[in-house]
Amino acid sequence: MGSTITEKILARAAGRDEVHAGDIIEAKVDLALANDITAPLAIAEFEKAGFTKVFDPARIALVPDHFTPNKDIKAAGQAKKMREFARRHEIVNYFEVGRVGIEHVLLPDTGMVAPGDLVVGADSHTCTYGAVAAFSTGMGSTDFAAAMAWGHVWLRVPESIRFVYSGRPGAWVTGKDLILHTIGLIGVDGALYQAMEFSGEAIRTLSMDERFTMCNMAIEAGGKNGIVGFDEKTTQYLQARPEGSRARTAGRVFASDDDAEYARVLEIDASAVPLTVSKPHLPSNAAAAADLADVTIDQVVIGSCTNGRIADLRQAAAILRGKKVHANVRAIILPGTQQVCLDAIADGTMQALIEAGCAFSTPTCGACLGGHMGVLAEGERAVATTNRNFVGRMGHPGAEVYLASPYVAAASALAGHIATPEDVGAGKGGPR
Amino acid sequence: MIFEGTVHKYGRDVDTDVIIPARYLTTNDPAELAKHCMEDIDAEFVSTVQPGDIIVAHENFGCGSSREHAPVAIKASGISVVIASSFARIFYRNAINTGLPIVVCPAAASEAQAGDRLRVDLGAGTVENLTQSKEYDAEAFPPFMQELIDRGGLLKYVKAQLVERSRS
Ligand code: SF4
Repeated sequence: MGSTITEKILARAAGRDEVHAGDIIEAKVDLALANDITAPLAIAEFEKAGFTKVFDPARIALVPDHFTPNKDIKAAGQAKKMREFARRHEIVNYFEVGRVGIEHVLLPDTGMVAPGDLVVGADSHTCTYGAVAAFSTGMGSTDFAAAMAWGHVWLRVPESIRFVYSGRPGAWVTGKDLILHTIGLIGVDGALYQAMEFSGEAIRTLSMDERFTMCNMAIEAGGKNGIVGFDEKTTQYLQARPEGSRARTAGRVFASDDDAEYARVLEIDASAVPLTVSKPHLPSNAAAAADLADVTIDQVVIGSCTNGRIADLRQAAAILRGKKVHANVRAIILPGTQQVCLDAIADGTMQALIEAGCAFSTPTCGACLGGHMGVLAEGERAVATTNRNFVGRMGHPGAEVYLASPYVAAASALAGHIATPEDVGAGKGGPR
Repeated sequence: MIFEGTVHKYGRDVDTDVIIPARYLTTNDPAELAKHCMEDIDAEFVSTVQPGDIIVAHENFGCGSSREHAPVAIKASGISVVIASSFARIFYRNAINTGLPIVVCPAAASEAQAGDRLRVDLGAGTVENLTQSKEYDAEAFPPFMQELIDRGGLLKYVKAQLVERSRS
């Protein structure tokens, strides 16, 4: 019996020849991360348990991205605990405001993740890094505290679901549409405890940015990790990381065997996937954007760890350039990193967005979790390129969030209601 | 351990954003967090919950964010045990790690009504609905998780591992 890519990575990390779904393993951690919400709790547990040393200061990343630049005094106190811990333990990868970005954009983009790595993070969207053929999964603060002390983690090897996307995605259809559509098919616990392996000819046509977006949302189907097999695009992406970084110098390439065992194989015709929007209050409430034109909106958020990469902002700018955001709409851009900001300046993306009437934020989670920088009032409605539309997610529990791609979010910002690029006169186009 | 309490009943996919909204995550003080537990799904919860009460929910309890503040808030609110048809993966780990007792028992979860009195025997693995006079067998923890619980939690387990390693 063959193995899946997920099983092979976990076998490597556990120092075994092979492991199979259901096995409980203790595996070596290549990178462990936490943010300004989850790290303070982990630090408290770490210290309460009497640990005095981290396993390796170079393999821990502390990323103050959620409530930073500090939104209030309490948040500042939490960020301070994390900063002091980072200094005390000489954590190499502590990113201060000004250098920080949204964790799941920042860490792969700075080359901290290599193929075949095992990454655990005290943040549910740690599953994002599967796009570089790594195994990465989210956990809680105590698990992170344990990983910091031990350098290992216990895991149950997940079964895998193989998603095979055939055909070419249609005009304006992106990885975001594919993943929203997929979660709509299987439900928010459709991949509970399982690996989501994305494959097929349509996946090969997606940019790395779109693959990150798809893996990012594996958790919204209950998945343990999302993963895409290695190909030329992965190589190109890794080669473009900073010199000397882990992405350039480390890693091992694994691929699923033809006779690997899957819990399920799901075939999806990508050419039939419409521009997709997930309605409140679950990511699985997928609907065609074209059917939601009567939904008027107050706010648009473009960015986050799901769609805050430069390709995402370019997509938004392609729709918004030379036009004006609707008078009733507040459009907020949450770029993933400072580098994304620089890239957006260099090619005029930022100028196009600002001229269209968008507010351009510093990199922060901000509005994505109803933290700051764009919290919704009671009864307000937003279209967001983020990943969750739960009750109260972006502010008041009486507010509503519709999840969409940057193209649909930008078109909606112009129209003042949910709209497709074609609705706002963009013709037939898209990322490919 | 045996718990007896009144049921607070919820549906499926109760996410950690409604268990403890992000706007309150600027602290990790359990008592502070407990003041806002379940606020966005059940505004009455905090004023009605009694020490020992039991949360019962359908599938996928605790989905969404990895915030460990969720089981911490539930525990600090006085809830003795959460019974659900299934739990989201990260919440499941977090509950074990923070010492919040959880029980997987689809039959008990679907039949219990708000206000019912339940008796949960963790050792025996049984759930008794005293109001409806029914008894159910809960799912046992996988052996490794039971070992973690028996050893006093993950961090104690890790400490023992490190001591072992430094000796060898
Ligand atoms: S951008 Fe949103 S989903 Fe991503 S890490 Fe930040 S809060 Fe979480």
